[in-house]
Amino acid sequence: MASRKAVVTLPTDTQILITREFDAPKHLVYKAFTTPELIKRWWSGDRGEVTSAEVDLRVGGRWRYVMRAKEGFEVAFHGEYREIVANERIVSTEVFEGMPDAEEAAVVNTNTFTETNGRTTLSILAQHTSRAIRDAVIDSGMEIGMQEQMDHLEQVAVSLG
Amino acid sequence: MARAATTADAFNAVAEPRRRQILDILAGGERPVNDIVAQLGLAQPLVSKHLRVLREVGLVDRRDVGRQRLYRLVGHPLKPIHDWVKSYEQSWSVRFDRLDGVLEELKEDDKGDGNG
Repeated sequence: MASRKAVVTLPTDTQILITREFDAPKHLVYKAFTTPELIKRWWSGDRGEVTSAEVDLRVGGRWRYVMRAKEGFEVAFHGEYREIVANERIVSTEVFEGMPDAEEAAVVNTNTFTETNGRTTLSILAQHTSRAIRDAVIDSGMEIGMQEQMDHLEQVAVSLG
Repeated sequence: MARAATTADAFNAVAEPRRRQILDILAGGERPVNDIVAQLGLAQPLVSKHLRVLREVGLVDRRDVGRQRLYRLVGHPLKPIHDWVKSYEQSWSVRFDRLDGVLEELKEDDKGDGNG
């Protein structure tokens, strides 16, 4: 049984690569990735609730997801599909709407679905336009990570009290 | 912003594949510079340049013993990177665990469709 853990690597100084194996054939992973009602069920993880997921799955079509965080604020991401090979590959841009100069900081994500013996390896390669932007993403990620640790700490503290 | 700048530097230093190779070599212990050059199969000036970058962000340290210049790995600047990767992996793992749940249902639906 291969690891079910997400693995993150930094292949070059403008890229972040995430890989994860799923116990399902690739057409189902692809479906869960591209169907609004299904995206709503997993995309926000434990950070909040996906309140809107729009998917216009064709080259040049747009997508937009809105999440309401547990803390109450909303964050939104959108982008455009650049390449679609059903059940195999999706290349799309991603813009975090809260960022200054958001459009220039667009990330190009290449999602690849590879099936072996009924199991699917998903890889998400995030290509940033510059090293500075990749670093900004990492820095903001670290802040969020720290915030989550704080939240966990708070929960522990509350449960102890 | 001092923290962010330092972090970015260490990230950038590690993002270069040759520098990662150097760190891998030094992970095995202190090495003379000639060893590193030989293992990488690169020109000495290029290796020296990479070692200088790594030294500037504090990822390697050096000392001279007789006529030999020895380099060693200094691990602690790597910690912010390690921590970030861990926390990023963690947030994706939570999403993917949920996706696992969705996929289990889709597999059931698929079976149903296939059989009847």
